[in-house]
Amino acid sequence: MATIQDKTRALISSKLKVSENEITPDKNFFNDLGADSLDFVELSMLLEREFNVKFTEAETANVKTVGDLLELIEKHIK
Amino acid sequence: MKIIGTGSALPALRVTNDDLAKFLDTSDEWITTRTGIQARHLLSTEDLYDIAVDASVKAIKASGLRPDQIDFLLVSNVANLHVTPGLSAIVQKRIGLTCAGLDINVACAGFVNALMLADGMMKAGHAKNILILCAEEPTKYCDWKERDCSVLFGDGAGAVVVTEGTAFKDVKLTMISDRDVLYYERGMETTPFEKEYIKGQPLVMKGKELFRTAVSESAKDINALLKRNGLQHGDIDWFMLHQANKRIIDGIRHIVGGPDEKYPTVIQKYGNTSSASIPIMLDEMIADGKVKAGQKIVMSAFGAGFVSAACLWEWEF
Repeated sequence: MATIQDKTRALISSKLKVSENEITPDKNFFNDLGADSLDFVELSMLLEREFNVKFTEAETANVKTVGDLLELIEKHIK
Repeated sequence: MKIIGTGSALPALRVTNDDLAKFLDTSDEWITTRTGIQARHLLSTEDLYDIAVDASVKAIKASGLRPDQIDFLLVSNVANLHVTPGLSAIVQKRIGLTCAGLDINVACAGFVNALMLADGMMKAGHAKNILILCAEEPTKYCDWKERDCSVLFGDGAGAVVVTEGTAFKDVKLTMISDRDVLYYERGMETTPFEKEYIKGQPLVMKGKELFRTAVSESAKDINALLKRNGLQHGDIDWFMLHQANKRIIDGIRHIVGGPDEKYPTVIQKYGNTSSASIPIMLDEMIADGKVKAGQKIVMSAFGAGFVSAACLWEWEF
């Protein structure tokens, strides 16, 4: 069964057109993975639907890296 | 209700992204990847009233009716030079009409709201043939020293003539009061009793919030409309969405479903023309023979308010 990390990496890979191998917790969405601000909004909406959660604007504003995002998702699912 | 004539008009001046990059901190690549917009038309030598009349006259001509057979003029406009009188009163005589009219401002969702009003007026027996005109000059709300808003918009007008029929099947309107996500303030006169002079504010847009709300609320409207009419996305021939940003259109498509080909666009050519975007696109699609009798069509729009609106057609000519 796919874990939260697996599903998140798959969605990031599909949305940003980057290899899953490149998606490590330390990677910055904007500097390392080539996302623009709308990419990140689209990605957060995809993740909300995937995990049936709702992020606030303040929460997503603080997300810079893949690790930050995984932490946010896990906080909502717990 | 059904649509029996369409018309559209755009200003003569076409401005590309490269043209904008000459005086704004932007580029064709930046605008295209974030919005899908490649060019837009801007009022320069003509004014809004000229293109409003042009689109209206074309729609009436296409309908086969004479101007004196139009019972009512319904105009959607967010802002123009005149706060009063209304745009309907300003253009009525030049279009060749003698009927009454009124203006509505439901931002970019004005066309779908006007359709709902026209349908209601017909059912109540107030009018039989109605001209709906959407005429917009959003480029004049923008701060042209900044790239955030000015690159997004274009001016234009689209018009339709509606009459009695059974093509218009259903409509859903949504309003979620949230002024701050998108607004434009015109300056007003000062009275001696005010503490502060209210000088107005060019268009303010919180892009990320607006993107999120537009995608989720429009998709909700469309899915609710499909569900209550017993339809799936595969039953729909065209999803004619407000042309604000290609990525908003893609976001709605990802939730609603269906291939990209069912979500036509003109945003690449005209930018966001506010409430005129759907009637302009409809006029082009009818001229190209893409709209056929029996097709099921969804129209959906959203804008400042926050407002959104969607309607369902089974097309008749």
